Amino acid sequence: MSWQFTWNLATYLFWKSIKIASLLVSISFISFLLVKNSPIDPIQAYVGADMLHVSAEQREKIEEYWGLNEPVIQQFFSWGSAVLSGDLGTSMIYRLPVSEVIGERFYNSLALMITAWLLSGIIGFSMGVIAAMKRDTWMDRVIKGFCYTLASTPTFWMGLLLLIVFAVWLNWFPIGMGVPSGVLAEDVTMMDRIKHLILPALTLSIIGVANVALHTRQKLIEVLSSDYIVFARARGEKGFTLFWRHGLRNIVLPAITLQFAAFSELFGGAVLAEQVFSYPGLGQATVEAGLRGDVPLLLGLVLFSTIFVFVGNLIADLIYRVVDPRTREGQSYAAK
Amino acid sequence: MSILKVDNLSVSFKQYTSGLRQTTQKVISNLSIELVSGEILAIVGASGSGKSLLAHAILGILPVNATTSGDISFDGEVLTPKRQEQLRGKEIALVPQSVNYLDPLMRVGAQVRTSVRKENPKEAQKKVFKRYHLNQEVEKMYPFQLSGGMARRVLVSTAMVSGARVIIADEPTPGLDSVVIEEALNNLREFADQGCAVMLISHDIESALKIADKVAVFYEGTVLEIAEADKFEGNGDRLQHPYSKALWRALPQNDFRTNID
Repeated sequence: MSWQFTWNLATYLFWKSIKIASLLVSISFISFLLVKNSPIDPIQAYVGADMLHVSAEQREKIEEYWGLNEPVIQQFFSWGSAVLSGDLGTSMIYRLPVSEVIGERFYNSLALMITAWLLSGIIGFSMGVIAAMKRDTWMDRVIKGFCYTLASTPTFWMGLLLLIVFAVWLNWFPIGMGVPSGVLAEDVTMMDRIKHLILPALTLSIIGVANVALHTRQKLIEVLSSDYIVFARARGEKGFTLFWRHGLRNIVLPAITLQFAAFSELFGGAVLAEQVFSYPGLGQATVEAGLRGDVPLLLGLVLFSTIFVFVGNLIADLIYRVVDPRTREGQSYAAK
Repeated sequence: MSILKVDNLSVSFKQYTSGLRQTTQKVISNLSIELVSGEILAIVGASGSGKSLLAHAILGILPVNATTSGDISFDGEVLTPKRQEQLRGKEIALVPQSVNYLDPLMRVGAQVRTSVRKENPKEAQKKVFKRYHLNQEVEKMYPFQLSGGMARRVLVSTAMVSGARVIIADEPTPGLDSVVIEEALNNLREFADQGCAVMLISHDIESALKIADKVAVFYEGTVLEIAEADKFEGNGDRLQHPYSKALWRALPQNDFRTNID
């Protein structure tokens, strides 16, 4: 790695951090405005059914205490400065600090998302490679048909289908949730957790597979028709060697990049999959927060998911810069 | 001694035009040439007239929608697709047009090493790089880091290390400065002098004539005339076909005339 490369990387990271900062500010501002203008009444959401016992004077007092009478901008700033000092507020439905809720939920989701992410990546990539190498054969057609069907399948529907078949009919897996009900927390085994994880992870990865496979197929077909493959064949390379030496090398980078850039889809998919299986992850928390008007949690989740997706894209970008020799090594003959 | 013989070769492509209607387009028709060891045969003709496809047909690397007819024989034995597969890169080597024919993500030294068939790959690659004045650090470079001249030498190296007896050079000169062109042509001449049969595909008659023994004039998918290189002189009166004459006279240093009479 040259000095030039390190310098470029530093400036790149500098601009990226400015980007994420401005992105977070604008995202939080827009979300704040949206929530502010939504029909959610924060006091109602906080007090819940006991609202009947709250008199108009008490209500006014709470409003004053919370600063709900102040101008929107000022409210935004007081929320924003609290966030900057690390205080995301308290979740109204869980009665816990938002950061704690997100932390715990993310931990649950992480297992789900990593499993789905790895599975869809590996299976999708292999399927795409097979389809492209066996282009226009029955194998290619089967894989393509399978992918088109999957790509047009809504996540929640796929989840329900798996639930009906594997949980209800075959009784192989539990119907939902992250751990068995009626069991003490300390008695929950790893096996229990894994059993609860399989169906949601499967749902999430099956949907992801189609995308990855079709992209990989397309990319490999493009590579296989390139000049350097023609030349490699002219030098007597064929079949698996040809794929291993030249095909894989040229498609693996875009595939990895795509995989990291798919963090947003992963998060979006998790929202639906977790809802179907009542799996206590981030996605489910997002739906709950939205439906029940838990404003602090909702805003916290918005910020968190923004960072999550941004990090995915950043990693994708960085991999390209660090791994691809064309961006890593620069025009060295000119310098020598 | 004739090594490779192409007899009555035709290549056509199946294509879909306007929806589902399938047509076959003939790109090469009834073409016959012969490659002799120690000689360079230049195939000259306009760009985009299907000369490269002739090279691909000999190597058996045409796209799947192509069909061929006619015979190609190597060492007196008919080249079946199976035999082509065995001979590719071993007895018949291609020197391609440009750096785009190298894998962009593989170090060039490694790419040359994969072409070695008989010797120790590492040693053969070092030897050939030395011979073509490529520095030691070049083997660690990626294709995008090569200059035009270096790329040419790397491409020639792949053919050199293969030990092939038939060398097919596909447009080895475009876009290069005159010094590099000279060098590229000399490298091909060396192949022939070592006893290889060389086929030089080019649209540049002038530089082809510098090294070729015979010139085949390629037009509309076939060879109109094969003439000794020294017949391209004066007004082209020793050439037989009007198109060959016209091609010759169209050169700037000759008449610069473009009409065929």
